[in-house]
Amino acid sequence: MSSSATERTSTTGSSTSLGSNPRVVACGALAGHIRDIAARRGWQLDVHPLPARLHNRPGQIPAAVSEAGPATIVAYADCGTYGQLDELIKDTGARRLPGLHCYDLLAGTDTISDVFHVEPGTYLLTDYLVRTFDRTVVASLGLDRYPELWPDYFGHYTRVAWLAQQPTPGLEAEARRIAALFGLPLTRIDTGLSRLEAALAELLVVEESE
Amino acid sequence: MTRDDLLSELYDKTLVGNGPDVLTLTRQGLSDGLGPEALLYEALIPALEEVGARFERGDFFVPEMLIAGKAMAGALDILRPLLAETGAETIGKVVMGTVKGDVHDIGKNLVNIMFEGAGFEVIDLGVQVSPEKFVNAVIEHKPDILGFSAFLTTTMPMFKANMNALTKAGLRDEVIVMVGGAPVTQEYADVVGADGYAADASAAVVKAKELLRRRRALTKV
Repeated sequence: MSSSATERTSTTGSSTSLGSNPRVVACGALAGHIRDIAARRGWQLDVHPLPARLHNRPGQIPAAVSEAGPATIVAYADCGTYGQLDELIKDTGARRLPGLHCYDLLAGTDTISDVFHVEPGTYLLTDYLVRTFDRTVVASLGLDRYPELWPDYFGHYTRVAWLAQQPTPGLEAEARRIAALFGLPLTRIDTGLSRLEAALAELLVVEESE
Repeated sequence: MTRDDLLSELYDKTLVGNGPDVLTLTRQGLSDGLGPEALLYEALIPALEEVGARFERGDFFVPEMLIAGKAMAGALDILRPLLAETGAETIGKVVMGTVKGDVHDIGKNLVNIMFEGAGFEVIDLGVQVSPEKFVNAVIEHKPDILGFSAFLTTTMPMFKANMNALTKAGLRDEVIVMVGGAPVTQEYADVVGADGYAADASAAVVKAKELLRRRRALTKV
């Protein structure tokens, strides 16, 4: 990983007109990780999180990003916008993270491809989804009001896979509780944050070169 | 309860997805001498049409649509055999399925709900449906419309595989093919050679009726 991103973003000069630090408009599910990475790497980023519940309303992501104002980095993958996010930012100078969704970004496209090749009925969790499952999934899908819809939403899944960024015993227990809600086995895949960190560093290096 | 009161109550309970009350009112209506067509066409279908309209306006979301659809499905289980006895014809037969490799079916189920609500007979093949299974279903059920659904960009290419299987089996011209799903666009539908595409469940019904009308007009000529 290049160290130039650290050097670049530690300075006050910016290629954008957004102030001294690159402005990152981020999915709420990634914003905490991005802040952690930035703090560890010494990157000075202005991170602007958007509600992670947009995960369940991907059609609303482009408008939310647009309303969040100018961005140096849009910390979303395609995230089910099917090119609309790219269309939105193509003339703005902003760049987004790679991949179709955050699962690609965290675990790598090959791993995700393998996961679905082995078991098409895999329900994916990340640390964020584990931590906020009752709010971002259960309530957001109306399952708190209509628990009888559980089989309609999840009846065809055959396993739950947790893409673990920073696993702890508490998260492990919560992931197991969620898998039990599905009545399915839990598979843990340790991803860490290295791919997200590398992707951010690459975007920051690109910005420096422009 | 008068006839109008019962139909009005059935409409209201279907709209809010109160399954137990919908079942009770359906049974009560039948025992009061209301025909199955009256219950279907004067309460259940209008309620589902209103569900679709509210969904389009953003007043209803997926859970409300699903719950209303389930309530109606319960009533239809009671009415279906009675409607068959009366010789009442559906407006068309639809075979639906999520393509091979894909287990996502919320969108497909919403479309099924709206199709049934519009008076179509729906045969749902479920998820992970192979091209061979689609072909066999067309042979067995002779549907007017065959619907493919995909949620993943990685499974969208199965549309083309399904179309090729239909062509190879000599069935392509026998059925209207509609495609849909979150990543699907009109452009992609055109590329795979589908007859129709719709962005949501309500639009799918409108499109299906239009395609069916066109097909039947051609057949008459």
